[in-house]
Amino acid sequence: MRVSVDPDRCVSAGQCVMLAPEVFDQDEDGIVTLLQSEPPAELHAVVRQTASLCPVRLIRITE
Amino acid sequence: MTQHHPAAEVPSSPALPDFPMRRTCPFSPPQRYAELREHEPVSQAVLKVTGRPAWLVTTHEHVKAVLGDSRVSSNLKLPGYPHQFPIPEEMLREVRLMLLSMDPPEHTAQRRYLIPEFTARRMRALRPRVQQIVDARIDAMLAQGGPVDLVAALALAVPSLVICELLGVPYEDHPQFEEWSALMMNHDISPQEYGAAVMALDSYLDKLVTAKQAAPGDDLISRFIEKNREDPIADHTDIVTMARLMLVGGHETTANMISLGVLGLLEHPEQLAAVQADPELLPGAVEELLRFFSISDSGTARVALEDIEVDGVVIKAGEGILPLNNSANHDESVFPDPDTLDIRRAEARSHLAFGYGIHQCIGQNLARIELEIVYGTLFRRIPGLKLAVPLSELRFKDEALVYGVHELPVTW
Repeated sequence: MRVSVDPDRCVSAGQCVMLAPEVFDQDEDGIVTLLQSEPPAELHAVVRQTASLCPVRLIRITE
Repeated sequence: MTQHHPAAEVPSSPALPDFPMRRTCPFSPPQRYAELREHEPVSQAVLKVTGRPAWLVTTHEHVKAVLGDSRVSSNLKLPGYPHQFPIPEEMLREVRLMLLSMDPPEHTAQRRYLIPEFTARRMRALRPRVQQIVDARIDAMLAQGGPVDLVAALALAVPSLVICELLGVPYEDHPQFEEWSALMMNHDISPQEYGAAVMALDSYLDKLVTAKQAAPGDDLISRFIEKNREDPIADHTDIVTMARLMLVGGHETTANMISLGVLGLLEHPEQLAAVQADPELLPGAVEELLRFFSISDSGTARVALEDIEVDGVVIKAGEGILPLNNSANHDESVFPDPDTLDIRRAEARSHLAFGYGIHQCIGQNLARIELEIVYGTLFRRIPGLKLAVPLSELRFKDEALVYGVHELPVTW
């Protein structure tokens, strides 16, 4: 799994950081940052969930 | 005897249902929502307050599609915007748009000034303070002894105290702004009463913002003023309007969710017992209670900027749209057996109670923390909590823009 994000569109709902803090973080301005672009298999399900919950669909997953 | 004028009394389309629709059961959305989801997911209704038509969007999929569509606007000044409460014409002309009613790029700029205040890290750091506030209110309840009205004693007090600290608003003024705020949430007041409540609250916040411009404190409003000084995106009135949205949005919604959530758990003793036995169930319970009660269908009103197609129906440019998150959250294709409260429901977090798209609630993670700490602490410290009156005697806010219960008498 490869994850990418588009920080320009971030509205800082923060659901990605709350659900998968190993993969997503927020910078000082509250904008999403990616901690790892190839998360281990045990995180795949939760990363898929963050992508579906992101209100502006800025989390892209390729598998 | 007055003469009968049928033409003046017949609405433009007599077959269209009125909106808002009332709940017939305090724990379920209006029954018509389920029929609409099944037979006509995108349909027209007549807004009771203006007599004008608007599109109702009722399924989870389509509500997300509309709220995520950049061809719809939140600008309440646009003709066709589906107003659900009366705003005097002259006020509508002069009113400043607030974050909730702005479109990009203004919306993006203002939201970016505010989001550092609501990051996951900040919210985690707030937890101990929220816990202190909740403990102090429960101490006061225990000292007073039952029965107490949980709305006044806890549900309104906690979010009101929290948002006051965050914004730098003196909590001692709370009886005043809570009254204005409650009036602004009420469907049934006159345009004049609504206008007066907004003006009173704005006049109060105007003085506060002026004071902070002269002597900034360590709070959200002061930091907004500082940023705006370096890179101006707002004038004084915009800042007052922003402060009003944060103050009203920060306590009214959470307060109603606290009362309803406590009631929901009391009415489902087996699920309450599970939460009491295992606090790890709390975050899931919070999501399910948010989904189950879905306290507001009002924050997501939109107007189409272009013709857009939703479920094969063309909504024309200039027409009003009401994506009903309360209906979406009871969509059986996403939430099986949707009218059943199930704190272990795996998909609960897919609810749209905080909206969806660029306007999704900026304070959602603050609300989650407050709800989790209140539910967890209340039922741990007062395990024998129970209603002090029969459920049938409770008065629900059927007339309000944000659903809730007026009083919740409890004892132990």
